[in-house]
Amino acid sequence: MSQKVRVRCFQLYYGTNHALKNIDLDLAENQVTALIGPSGCGKSTFLRSINRMNDMIKGVRTTGTIHIDGQNIYGEKVYLVELRKKVGMVFQQPHPFPLSIYDNVAYGPRLHGIRDKKRLDEIVERTLTEANLWDEVKDRLHRSALGMSGGQQQRLVLARVLAVQPEVILMDEPASALDPISTERLEELIMRLKDQYTIIIVTHNMQQAARVSDTAVFFLNGEIVESGPTDQIFTNPSDPRTEDYISGRFG
Amino acid sequence: MTLVSAWVLIITLFSLLYFIASKGIAPFLHGEVTLADFFSGNWGPSLSAEQGGPQYGALDFILGSLMVALGSAVISGPLGIGAALFMTEIAPKAGRKILQPAVEILVGIPSVVYGFIGLTLIVPALRSIFGEVGFGLLAGIIVLSVMILPTIISISADAIHSVPQGIREGSYALGATRWQTISGLVIRVAQPGLLTAVVLGIARAFGEALAVQMVIGNTADLPFHLLKPMSTLTSVITLNMGNTVQGSTYNNVLWSMALILLLMTLILILAIRFIARRREV
Ligand SMILES: Nc1ncnc2c1ncn2[C@@H]1O[C@H](COP(=O)(O)OP(=O)(O)O)[C@@H](O)[C@H]1O
Ligand SMILES: [Mg+2]
Repeated sequence: MSQKVRVRCFQLYYGTNHALKNIDLDLAENQVTALIGPSGCGKSTFLRSINRMNDMIKGVRTTGTIHIDGQNIYGEKVYLVELRKKVGMVFQQPHPFPLSIYDNVAYGPRLHGIRDKKRLDEIVERTLTEANLWDEVKDRLHRSALGMSGGQQQRLVLARVLAVQPEVILMDEPASALDPISTERLEELIMRLKDQYTIIIVTHNMQQAARVSDTAVFFLNGEIVESGPTDQIFTNPSDPRTEDYISGRFG
Repeated sequence: MTLVSAWVLIITLFSLLYFIASKGIAPFLHGEVTLADFFSGNWGPSLSAEQGGPQYGALDFILGSLMVALGSAVISGPLGIGAALFMTEIAPKAGRKILQPAVEILVGIPSVVYGFIGLTLIVPALRSIFGEVGFGLLAGIIVLSVMILPTIISISADAIHSVPQGIREGSYALGATRWQTISGLVIRVAQPGLLTAVVLGIARAFGEALAVQMVIGNTADLPFHLLKPMSTLTSVITLNMGNTVQGSTYNNVLWSMALILLLMTLILILAIRFIARRREV
């Protein structure tokens, strides 16, 4: 199992708010890593550090390194466009573009220069199939994506990310707005996708973390308290704070 | 209380419509003027019967109104949308500090001031540059462009503002640059609102009377030359309404022009409704 993401001494400040403190973490390729912890502990901030979405927020300052495939994404000569092609992101709220289903999926490939209709058709079909959505929408590809259900929208957004051929996929509470059936479908999908992608998912749902992830990382107040194989974290955590959180005593 | 004011509003609106319409169609009902006469380019209300008059063709003015309104929208549309993008997407801070107050000041300036500036600055400038009289279509378009600019900027800025942040983030997260996000997504998503802004600008230009009248020259000519004097519906109405006898054919024909103005504005407002309706789908 080779290493995909390596985080060393990573710190992040929102102005004077020290939101991430000395993060050290290694993430293996083709695994699902769950980030867990109470609200406000920095999970989203950490996730957004991996594709540098925090760059757009005023007053953000970082130190330390995050290497992906050996390259420091906070070093010199990093092209955000290339980074974000390689590291895709699914947000909590799906926010499909108010365009057709087809144009949503083709948006990324078009950005990166693919104009050929045949190739776009092929990408749209392949990624919608990969996202378990093709059969539901193949007859209405040119209708607005806003008419879809929440679960369909979340899978559409996932297909949109897959269409730029990322290697790492970041998901920030992707199921928090979904009903139980849509959530189950999304979880199945995540477990299937890890054969090809390295997935990092933030979730508040402990059962979900236990079901889908190989590795779990427990955050508290901007620090990592504990990380390790998911079974171990859930059955035999070494830190009492982890145990308290998992058994629902706080957060 | 609100119900009362709503009724007052509705009753006022309908009596206004009824009043203008009844006066406006009077000349045609009595057979003094035919529709063909009215929509012709022959204007000569004071010509004697031997000279073939009086003639009440309003075509020059109808086209004149259309030309100045569309002309100013062609200038102010791109300019206003550009300014709105600048103050919302590119430099929100400078936008809030400089552009926003500037827009508010522009809105507050009375139209006679615009007309006066047009008369003392723009007309002489055009005269010295092009060697014509200076009064005309171009002067009207320039003055109106400035007048409708704030309307277009503020409505466009609202439309751009209402594009959800999550949509922009989704685009950046796919590797889009800021320029790609603005041109490929934000403008597309905000498009109905931007169209509404331009149409409202046209409606405003269409109805403006005073400032236009001061700079376009007020002759009964077709408005197809940028530097030649011409007239619009509003300028003809304001210049002549007070000098004609109530109930005379000439006076009633002015009401017919007002009716045309009203109908065109109504069509523009319906167009806006239609655009807004489509956005909800
Ligand atoms: N855009 C922001 N600007 C300033 N502070 C922020 C911003 N986003 C998050 N924070 C702060 O960073 C801390 C971690 O937040 P976040 O990463 O959203 O936590 P989580 O996702 O674990 O709930 C919180 O204290 C929060 O107030
Ligand atoms: Mg969060």
